[in-house]
Amino acid sequence: MSNVIKYAGQALVYGAIMAMLGYFATAPAYRTFPEGYARITLTFSHGGKPEGGCRRRTAEEIAKLPPNMRRPFDCPRKRVPIFVQLQVDGSTVYEASLEPAGVQGDGPARVYKGIRVAAGPHKVTARLRDSERTEGFDYEREVDVVLKPGQHFVVQFKAEAGGFIFQ
Amino acid sequence: MMLIQKPIRAVFVRVEGLLDYVFPHAWNPLYNLGALGFFMYWIVAVSGIYVYIFFDTGITEAYGSIEYMTNDQWYLAGIMRSLHRYASDAMVLFMLIHIVREFSLDRYRGARWFTWFTGVPIFIFVFLSGITGYWLVWDRLAQYVALKSTEWLDWVPIFGTSIAANFVAPDSLDDRFFTLMIFIHIVAPLILLLILWIHLQRVRKPIINPPRGLAIGMFVSLLVLSLVWPATSQAPADLSTVVSVVNLDWFYLGLYPLLDYWSAGSLWAAAVVVFGTFAIMPLMPPLKRSPAAEVILEHCNGCTRCVDDCPYSAIIMRPRSDGRAFIGEAVVDPGLCVSCGICVGSCPSASPFRKRSDLVSGIELPDYMLSELRAKTCKASDSLSGGTRILVFGCDPGARIGGKVASLAAMVRMPCIGMLPPAFIDWALSRGLADGIVITGCREGNCQHRRGVDWTNARLDRKRDPQLRRRVPRTRILRFWASPVDGKALDKAITRFAESVSQLPEQEKGRTRKPDLVGASDE
Repeated sequence: MSNVIKYAGQALVYGAIMAMLGYFATAPAYRTFPEGYARITLTFSHGGKPEGGCRRRTAEEIAKLPPNMRRPFDCPRKRVPIFVQLQVDGSTVYEASLEPAGVQGDGPARVYKGIRVAAGPHKVTARLRDSERTEGFDYEREVDVVLKPGQHFVVQFKAEAGGFIFQ
Repeated sequence: MMLIQKPIRAVFVRVEGLLDYVFPHAWNPLYNLGALGFFMYWIVAVSGIYVYIFFDTGITEAYGSIEYMTNDQWYLAGIMRSLHRYASDAMVLFMLIHIVREFSLDRYRGARWFTWFTGVPIFIFVFLSGITGYWLVWDRLAQYVALKSTEWLDWVPIFGTSIAANFVAPDSLDDRFFTLMIFIHIVAPLILLLILWIHLQRVRKPIINPPRGLAIGMFVSLLVLSLVWPATSQAPADLSTVVSVVNLDWFYLGLYPLLDYWSAGSLWAAAVVVFGTFAIMPLMPPLKRSPAAEVILEHCNGCTRCVDDCPYSAIIMRPRSDGRAFIGEAVVDPGLCVSCGICVGSCPSASPFRKRSDLVSGIELPDYMLSELRAKTCKASDSLSGGTRILVFGCDPGARIGGKVASLAAMVRMPCIGMLPPAFIDWALSRGLADGIVITGCREGNCQHRRGVDWTNARLDRKRDPQLRRRVPRTRILRFWASPVDGKALDKAITRFAESVSQLPEQEKGRTRKPDLVGASDE
């Protein structure tokens, strides 16, 4: 085989490798989210109330404690599960009882849930219970939104900000 | 497993053969996959250092700084960015082919378990390095990668809060995140380099740099690709909208679409099963494991040639234990020995001319003693009756001769052609066992036992001990390196060689071979 053909063959091999690298580095395009839909993401990390409630310490009890541990309330470590519910247009799309994190059950409960909804007007309702009550909710918020195609609507919860935050 | 390996191997042999037509053997990309992977690593490292000079770690600054490199300083930083991307992709490509090829060659168990096993974390760190790199661009692709990766990671219940929650809204992300990502993107490749070093610890004289010609060809090609098809960013990340269509880098992110169809838990289970399977594959027993080479101390003079030639670092030297006046003695580690016999071919005691003792070498394969090789050679010689008699010394993984040349050639096979001591060629010709000798083995650069072909060439060219003696007529020797599919080509070469040998003046034969030589030693 002549050198010219060999060099041409080598160029062909290099060209094929580079074409493969160039093409598959960006193509084919992949559709990861359907057209005409928006996404609602419910996400937060929140600790429920201590299970069994807190007890106020007496002045004598507080005095017996080391100075750095003198807190007015004696609370159990374990927290109650959080019950959360998300409704879209009156239909429940997510509902769960979220256990507290940690071996002792003293960490915050967390949720991260993405829900796909058709674009357009929607009534979004979020409810949360973080106490020992068994009926009703401690926090609730409802909003009317018009979701555009591809919009990312986020439902968060921050107790210090008063409850649910819609973005 | 053989049912999977054989067809894959057949494909590789065909493609390797095609590439051998256009590349010099040593440049064949398929014979240099590991070295090419290393070469890509260095290109990625150098280009990455340059790109890092201009990279800003901030939510808006990251994207802007990369756009500056791509558009304003396209002639250098832009090219460096493209080289960084394409060399990374090439590294994945070569790595994947390397894994499949080594598997098809059954180079993952037995003595090679360590190299295979340490390849598993290499795979993981290559992907960790690449994926964090895509994250840093902070375009729509980065947004997609960030969200999908963290949603997957969140399944593991070790993180106090959801990591994915950092990527749901514009105000949930801060600049420190980029500091963390750049840290991972730099540390992961450094750890990768460390594991690569460990990966090669049991490979003697590993080839970590491709031949210069191949390296230049590959680099120039990458450069041309970077100029013709420069790497660009997609639209900037926008956490208030969902990424709908994304241009994936399929080399690194090809499995990400699975996250849209499988649950995170299923994918974790799949990852554990796949990587776990890869990791324990070496535990499968070797297909056929011959006994390890054994040192015959009585015949070992401690020359260290077997230590130098062993491709698996299976032989070491230690102080003499028998009180003889040699400095050291060779010791074989059975756990590392693959019984290729290259050590036998390197031993100065491995001479079929020996007169006063049985033919025993300083190091021997218990299943294939040197005396057996000599006996087989004599038997093969006896089977030749034509005018021109050709003896073919070949290896088990290489080409075999066909029926068309049966009348003029007979073959003697061994585990690796590196097992053949050059003295055997001298002996066969000088004793009139053949008129010509053909040495055949795996294709150059593709030796099943890494160095058998190289060492044989070097011994015959008198560049490595034990050397073929000068008196041996080179016109009566043909070297033909071929794979199992090259049998016909080998037959043709033998036929042509036999014709050329027949034109030579009748060789001066040494002593006439004694009729009782087969299976016995010379007196």
